[in-house]
Amino acid sequence: MKATRSELAPYLLSAPAVLLFAVMLATPLAATALLSLHSFGMYKGIQDVYRLDNYRDIFSDSYFYEIFGRTFRLALIVTGLAIVIGAPEAHILNRMRKPWRGIFLLVVLGPLLISVVSRTLGWALLFGSTGLVNQGLQSLGLIAAPLQFMYSETGMVIALTHVLAPFMVISVWASLQRLDPQIENAAVSLGAPGATVLRRIVLPQVMPGVLSGSIIVFALAASAFATPAIIGGRRLKVVSTLVYDEFLNTLNWPLGAALAVLLVLANVAIIVGCNRLVERRYAEVFQ
Amino acid sequence: MSRNGPLALLFHALFIAFSVAPIAIVCAVAFTPEGYLSLPTRGLSLRWFRAIADNPDFVDAFWTSLWLGALSATLAIAVSVPSALALARYRFVGREALAAILQSPLMIPQVVFGIAFLRFFTETGLGGTFAGLVLGHVVIVMPFALRLVLTAATGLEREIEHAAISLGASAWRTFRRVTLPMILPGLASGWVLAFITSFDEVTMTVFIASPRTTTLPVRLFLYIQDNIDPLVAAVSAALIGLTVAAMVVLDRLYGLERLLVGEGRR
Amino acid sequence: MAFLVLDRLSKRYGETVAVDQLSLAVEKGEFVTLLGPSGCGKTTTLLMIAGFVEPSSGAITLDAADLLATPPRRRGLGIVFQSYALFPHMTVAENVAFGLEMQGVARAEREKRVREALALVGLAAFAERFPRKMSGGQQQRVALARALVIRPRVLLLDEPLSNLDAKLREEMQLELRQIQRSVHITAILVTHDQTEAMALSDRIVVMNKGKAEQIASPDVAYEAPASPFVASFLGKTNVLPADVRAAGEEAAVTVGGAVWRTAAGVPSGAASVSVRPERISFAAEGGLGGIVRRASFHGAQWLLLVETAAGVVTVIRQNSGGPLPKEGEQVALSWRAEDMRVTAGSGE
Repeated sequence: MKATRSELAPYLLSAPAVLLFAVMLATPLAATALLSLHSFGMYKGIQDVYRLDNYRDIFSDSYFYEIFGRTFRLALIVTGLAIVIGAPEAHILNRMRKPWRGIFLLVVLGPLLISVVSRTLGWALLFGSTGLVNQGLQSLGLIAAPLQFMYSETGMVIALTHVLAPFMVISVWASLQRLDPQIENAAVSLGAPGATVLRRIVLPQVMPGVLSGSIIVFALAASAFATPAIIGGRRLKVVSTLVYDEFLNTLNWPLGAALAVLLVLANVAIIVGCNRLVERRYAEVFQ
Repeated sequence: MSRNGPLALLFHALFIAFSVAPIAIVCAVAFTPEGYLSLPTRGLSLRWFRAIADNPDFVDAFWTSLWLGALSATLAIAVSVPSALALARYRFVGREALAAILQSPLMIPQVVFGIAFLRFFTETGLGGTFAGLVLGHVVIVMPFALRLVLTAATGLEREIEHAAISLGASAWRTFRRVTLPMILPGLASGWVLAFITSFDEVTMTVFIASPRTTTLPVRLFLYIQDNIDPLVAAVSAALIGLTVAAMVVLDRLYGLERLLVGEGRR
Repeated sequence: MAFLVLDRLSKRYGETVAVDQLSLAVEKGEFVTLLGPSGCGKTTTLLMIAGFVEPSSGAITLDAADLLATPPRRRGLGIVFQSYALFPHMTVAENVAFGLEMQGVARAEREKRVREALALVGLAAFAERFPRKMSGGQQQRVALARALVIRPRVLLLDEPLSNLDAKLREEMQLELRQIQRSVHITAILVTHDQTEAMALSDRIVVMNKGKAEQIASPDVAYEAPASPFVASFLGKTNVLPADVRAAGEEAAVTVGGAVWRTAAGVPSGAASVSVRPERISFAAEGGLGGIVRRASFHGAQWLLLVETAAGVVTVIRQNSGGPLPKEGEQVALSWRAEDMRVTAGSGE
């Protein structure tokens, strides 16, 4: 009898969480998937049928292609930029001595704890024809007339990069922490110049960090809502803001649900798929 | 390890400027003495901070966010602790699956949560209620709470609990007198991280909040969509100040690096 | 009837047998050690007595009552864990008082008994200290006090001294034995250190691969090992090939050319002989011939490796100041017939 009691223990212990998730996670998501199969009419409202019409509409309408295309294009650019500025920054931070390293790490990662809305507000203030960015560029003589940042893809990219770059820094930083500094020293003692050490020794070992950081940044960028909503405005939609529109403005919930389902599937596919790739590729390197 | 050269330091300075700029500008604009969007070139003023008090919407939303954060964090921790103990102590069928499921909210876009909960709450009559907000937030912040509680639980030495049992303590007394005090630091940090995550949450909340029961980030978000003025900058600046204070507390309690990056320093 | 009885206790993990039909009867007040290499099942046995591991089969009775039917927290056993397992967030006094609290002992009585227990282990001045501010040896004594203060029926010790340095270990061994004797408590110790086992115990259970190879007092186990494993685990021994010719009541055992006469017991044919290095002496003539290959000095002893026709023989001689052969010298090794154990077959 004692044996069964301790066998049951883990199941009893995890019951509250499982219950919570069954009710609050599985059910709503399943219901959403079902919702995406319903149809909607302006006067009929949501109809309890099961058809793939919404999906067919999405795949056949160029409007949706444009939005999905923009979403993933932006996500890709943001990821690229995050790598370009985030990875070197992590490396530079890693080479600092205390207390600078700790202080700057706080400065770089701290913004993650500040609401997206506040951070994006800052960009909204900086952009705009009389915003600081334009004023600065004009006074430096780089441009003649103010550039359009607000309500532009460029602005969205810049703001999203700002919001998501810290995730890249975290990921690369974490893999740098696992490096044995003696390996770098070994390379130097064997006569390798700095750049070569970076390229042939450090970079390959940091790759997994860069890759998993990219997965996180891409997934978050593709699902981003608040930043594209504020900077992109009503004209430049991404999938998330489109879903918002369908749900709260047009009230075509089934279509919104279908878009959401596609977004989830794309997200999960990217995260799980790329993670597997990274693990397989780098499993040999790290036992 | 080689030092950073001047080029690297320049890059670093630019990165820091990039990171800090939007936050700095929000704080700067918040102190403007003018009645419109401008930098405080003529001196600093607290007029916009005072104006917050005249805007009950923001103040109410702040309290809602506060209570919501506290409740969600507490519930998330309460549910996380037994799960963390189960995961840390036992090898059982379904362990990997459980861990994956409990971390799964991180993989689902916030928007999707938003609409899923919207539909779910509408059907169950919780639409626009505070209870609905709490439930939604608990699910979202659970992975963060769980991660920290799990780290603490995994670090527990089983022998210490065995010692307590051998001295006559029941399972509950062992938990209360021995296990709980030992994982308390992890619990506290998990709570704080969950609180901050809930407090900042906007995307999902935008869907399930109602005009009466809304959180501060959502209120800010909706306000910004219509117009941007120093008032909203002041509110944000106040929030940023509170967040920085929380960050310092968190760093002292637990270590911000450990919190955000995880253990692993050689 | 014995106080603590293990009856054919077994533990299986899938295909692996951790403990195999272990039977042991411990008298009240006895100090018994479970001795063996890692993986031999000694700790598993202790955990089964403590109640943290379920036996696959077999029974454990304590004071004629079925121990397995009692949950661990009601078994009334005092346990000293290898890692000491002190409660880090409680002071020494609170640690020691914990068991009494669980028993519902009143505060005044509790404080008195905690004081006594701390005095017993020599830590009276450390009552308000926290474990992390104490050395390994001190923590170990707190663990001991905590286990003893509840007046357990049996004291279980899981390699309690293995984290201490050599000198401290020896001191603690003596103290442990003294405390156990003064409190008259039945104790079961688990260790892989054979000197510790021999120094502390009334009886030793030598375990190998889940089985008890011998249960005997230290001197008996040492002088009359029941198996080659026991012979080689307790102290050093030489195992040499031999040839036996039995004739009626006597047998002639030939090792590398030298002959010993013993009582019959082993059939004629190939055999192996085990003899302790310290029982071998250098004869003027006769005996097993050989050349000294190495002589190393160990303070109180000399260790000599002698190459003979029967293989390399280890000889240990006291550093009593007398003459000893040097490296390269021709010598003849001899020993008394009764100092030699003969086993049939080629041995392991």
